[in-house]
Amino acid sequence: MIILEKRANPSQVWAFATPVLAVVLTMIVGGILFAALGKNPFVTIRTIFLDPLFSEFAWFYRPQLMIKGAPLVLIAIGLSFGFRAGVWNIGAEGQYIMGAIFGAAVGLALYPMELRLIFPAMVITGAFGGFLWAMIPGLLRVKFGTNEILVSLMLVYVAEQLLASMALGAMRNPDGMGFPGSRNLAQYASATSWINESAGMHWGVVTAFIAVIFAYVTLARHMFGFQVRLAGQSPRAAAFAGVNPQRLVLICLGVSGALAGMAGLFEVAGPAGQISIDFNVGYGFTAIIVAFLGRLHPVGILLAGGLMALTYIGGEIAQSNLGLPGAAIQLLQGMLLFFLLAVDVLTNYRIRIGGTA
Amino acid sequence: MTLLSLQGLTKAYPGVVANDDVSFDIKKGEIHALLGENGAGKSTLVKTIYGLVNPDAGVMWLENNIFAPAEPRAARAAGVAMVFQHFSLFDALNVAENIALGMESPPPLREVAERVRAVSDQYGLPLDPDRTVGDLSAGERQRVEIIRCLLQDPKLLIMDEPTSVLTPQEVDILFQTLRKLSAEGTSILYISHKLEEIRALCERATVLRMGKVVGGCDPRETSARDMAELMVGSALQVPEKPEKPFGDVALTLAKLSAPAPHQFGTALRDISLSVRRGEILGIGGVAGNGQDELVASLSGEMKVAREMVQMGSEPVGHLPPNARRARGLCAAPEERNGHAAAPDMTLIENALLTGNTRKKLSLRGFVKWDSARDFADEVITQFDVRTPGATSTARSLSGGNLQKFVIGREIMQNPDILVINQPTWGVDAAAAAAIRQAILDLAAGGAAVIVISQDLDELMEISDRFAALNEGRLSDPRPARGLTIEEIGLMLGGAHDLEVAHVDA
Repeated sequence: MIILEKRANPSQVWAFATPVLAVVLTMIVGGILFAALGKNPFVTIRTIFLDPLFSEFAWFYRPQLMIKGAPLVLIAIGLSFGFRAGVWNIGAEGQYIMGAIFGAAVGLALYPMELRLIFPAMVITGAFGGFLWAMIPGLLRVKFGTNEILVSLMLVYVAEQLLASMALGAMRNPDGMGFPGSRNLAQYASATSWINESAGMHWGVVTAFIAVIFAYVTLARHMFGFQVRLAGQSPRAAAFAGVNPQRLVLICLGVSGALAGMAGLFEVAGPAGQISIDFNVGYGFTAIIVAFLGRLHPVGILLAGGLMALTYIGGEIAQSNLGLPGAAIQLLQGMLLFFLLAVDVLTNYRIRIGGTA
Repeated sequence: MTLLSLQGLTKAYPGVVANDDVSFDIKKGEIHALLGENGAGKSTLVKTIYGLVNPDAGVMWLENNIFAPAEPRAARAAGVAMVFQHFSLFDALNVAENIALGMESPPPLREVAERVRAVSDQYGLPLDPDRTVGDLSAGERQRVEIIRCLLQDPKLLIMDEPTSVLTPQEVDILFQTLRKLSAEGTSILYISHKLEEIRALCERATVLRMGKVVGGCDPRETSARDMAELMVGSALQVPEKPEKPFGDVALTLAKLSAPAPHQFGTALRDISLSVRRGEILGIGGVAGNGQDELVASLSGEMKVAREMVQMGSEPVGHLPPNARRARGLCAAPEERNGHAAAPDMTLIENALLTGNTRKKLSLRGFVKWDSARDFADEVITQFDVRTPGATSTARSLSGGNLQKFVIGREIMQNPDILVINQPTWGVDAAAAAAIRQAILDLAAGGAAVIVISQDLDELMEISDRFAALNEGRLSDPRPARGLTIEEIGLMLGGAHDLEVAHVDA
C-alpha cells in the first residue's frame, strides 16, 4: 500500500528537483514513443535537446533560441502572477494576437513616416490591446461571476477570426498584389523590433529579461507580490489581510494581458514581420506550460522558456532531418507539463510504501 | 433494560485526558442526554461508541455482548448510527442518490427512493427523495442524514448537537420524530448544551466535566440552573474584579444588520452595543448564531452601512480591514488555519499579514522583511510560541501555539479596539490562561475588547459585561458581575428569543 503523507514544511530539495525529474521522465517516455514510431530514440532525443546548442549548425540555432524563448518568457511571467493568485488566464494566445493587431495598426497607419516615437507608441498600444482583451474575462468575472478560464479561452478564437479578417481586409498590404497579409513591419525602420537580427536580438528579448527581474523583485519584496501569493494560498486569509479579491483579479488579468500583447507586438514587428492569417504559433498556450515548468518563479520561467524554445527548434530539426511528425513534438511538450504536475506531489507529500491505513 | 453499558472508558491525548473512567448505561428506548461544556469530552466519547476512536482502557457492552467496534462500519453493523453535526452530503446529487452512496450494497435507486418515502412518512420527516441536496435547507439536509441512519434500523441513534443549525419549527419536527423512535424502542444519545431542549426531550442525562462523569439527573425534574452548575462545576463564579472607571466609548454598533453572506451564514439583525475603553464585553452563544459574521463586519471583511460601525464618533462601517487597522481596530477570527493565518506561509509572512499597517512593515509598497522578522520574533518571545523559529510555516505549529501567535500578533499591535472570536478554542489550560491574562492586560491598558466565545467560564472570568448572540440577534448587554447562571441560561438558550425567531423564520 502506498501512502501519501503531508509534509509539515514543503521540501526545498524537491521543489528544485521535480522540474529536472520531469524533464528526465519526458525524455525517457518520449524516447519510447519515438522508438514506437520507428526512430532511434537516442538520436531523436539528442536531435531535439542537444543539436540546437552543440551541432555544427548551432551558430544558426542559438539566436533562434532567443527569438522563440522571449515571447514564451514574457507571456509566462505575466501568467505566473495570476496562476499564483488563482486567476486562470488561459487566453494569452488571444491577448497576444490582439496586442499584435493593435500595435501593428499604429505602425501601418503611420507608414511610411520615419519617427523615433513610432515603435514605442506601437509597444504601448500593443500592451493596451492585450490588456483590453484580458479585461473582458476580468470584468465578466468580477461583475457576473463568470469563469475566466472559459471566457479567456473562447476569446482566443474570436481573436483568431479578427486576425484573419485584418490580414485579408483592413490591414492587407495595398502594394501586396492581392496577397493576404500586411506590409512587412520588420523592414520599416521606425517600426521594427529588431535590434540585431543575425544575433537574434530584438526588443522582446530585452523586455523579457526586464520582466523577469521586475517579477522577481515584486514577488520577493513588494506587498503586491505578497498579496498575490496569499490570495492563491488562502483566499480567506487574504480577505482578512485586506486584499480586495476583485481588484486582484483585474490586476492579474491586466498584467498578463498587457505582457502577452507586448509579446505579440514584438513578434509581429520582428520575427514574423507582418500581420498574416497565422503569424501566431501558439506561444500563448505554450507559455502556460512554461509558467508551470518554471514553478511560477521568474528565474524558473526563464530557464523553462529556454527549454521550451529548445524543443521548438529541436522539434523542427527532427521534423526536417528525421521526418518526425510535428504532432510528436507537441506530445513531448504536453508530456513535460503532465510529468511535472505528477511529480509535483513530492514537494508537499512524502511517499511511504507499506504500513497500514 | 440496558442497551449499552459503558464501563471505565478512558482516552488520553498528548497533554489532555479526554475521557477519564467514564461509566454509564443507556436503557433501551430512552432518550439520554450527554451534557457538558466544550472540551468536556463529549465528542471523544461518542466517537468511541461509533468506532472512530479506540479507548485506552475500559469496555462497552451492547445487549450483554462485548462491544469494541474497530471502525464505524462495525458499529453500524452492530446497530449504532450517528448523525454528525456537519453533514457529509453531495450537493449535486439528489436525496436518494446520496443515501444510496452511503450504503454497503445499495439496492436500485428506485427502491431506495421508495424506502426513503416510507421512512419519511412513518416518522413524520417530510423529504422528497428526488430533490437535489444543494437546494435543501439545513434542516432538510439533516433529515437526509437521519433517514440514512434510520434505514439501517439502528438500536442506538447518536445525535451530535442536532439543533444548532435548525429553526425552531424544524426542532419541533425533529423532537416529534425522536419521541416516536424512542416509543418504538430505539435508544437515542442526545448531545447538546442547550438545557431547555434537553429538559423538554430527554428522560435521563449524564453530565461530563473535564473528561469525567460528574453526575446524572432526570432533566424533566431538574432545573436548568442545577444542570448548568453540574456542567460547569462551581467554577462559574464571577471573579472579583476591581471597580475601575471606564474611559470614553471606543466602539459603537448602531442597529448593525447584514444579510447572510452565504447559504449557511447567519444574517445579523439590529445589533446595537457600545464598548468603552478599558472594558471587556463578552459575547456568548452557540456557534453558527452569527459569530463569524459579527467578527467579519467588525474586522472589515464584510462591509456594512457607514453608520452601523463607529469608532469613537467616526463611522467606519464602509471601510476595508486595513483602514480600520490604521484607526486602531484589530481582530482575530476563530479559524486559525486559512483565515487568521495562511498555513503554508512562514510566521514572518503571517506577521506581515495583519501587522503591515500598524507596525509599518513596508515602505512605499516594498516589504521590510527585517522588520517583519523582528515583529514575528517579538510575538514568538512575548507569547511563548513554541516553534523552531520564525521561518517555520504556520501549519507546522500546534493549534495552541498558532493561536498564541495569532492573538499575540494582534495584541502586540497595541490596538485601541480588539475583537477576538474563540480566543482559547482547542488551547491547553496553561496557554489559555496566558491568553486571557494578555486580554485583561490589554484592557487594563485602555483598549476596548470584545471577546466572543462559547466558553461561559472564560467569559465570566474576563468580561465586564455579557451579552448573548442568538440567530444573529444580540441580547442587551448586562454587567457580568452578579449575573446568575439562570439568567445566562435564559440569555443563551434563547427561551425569550424564540418568539422573535418564530416571526421571521
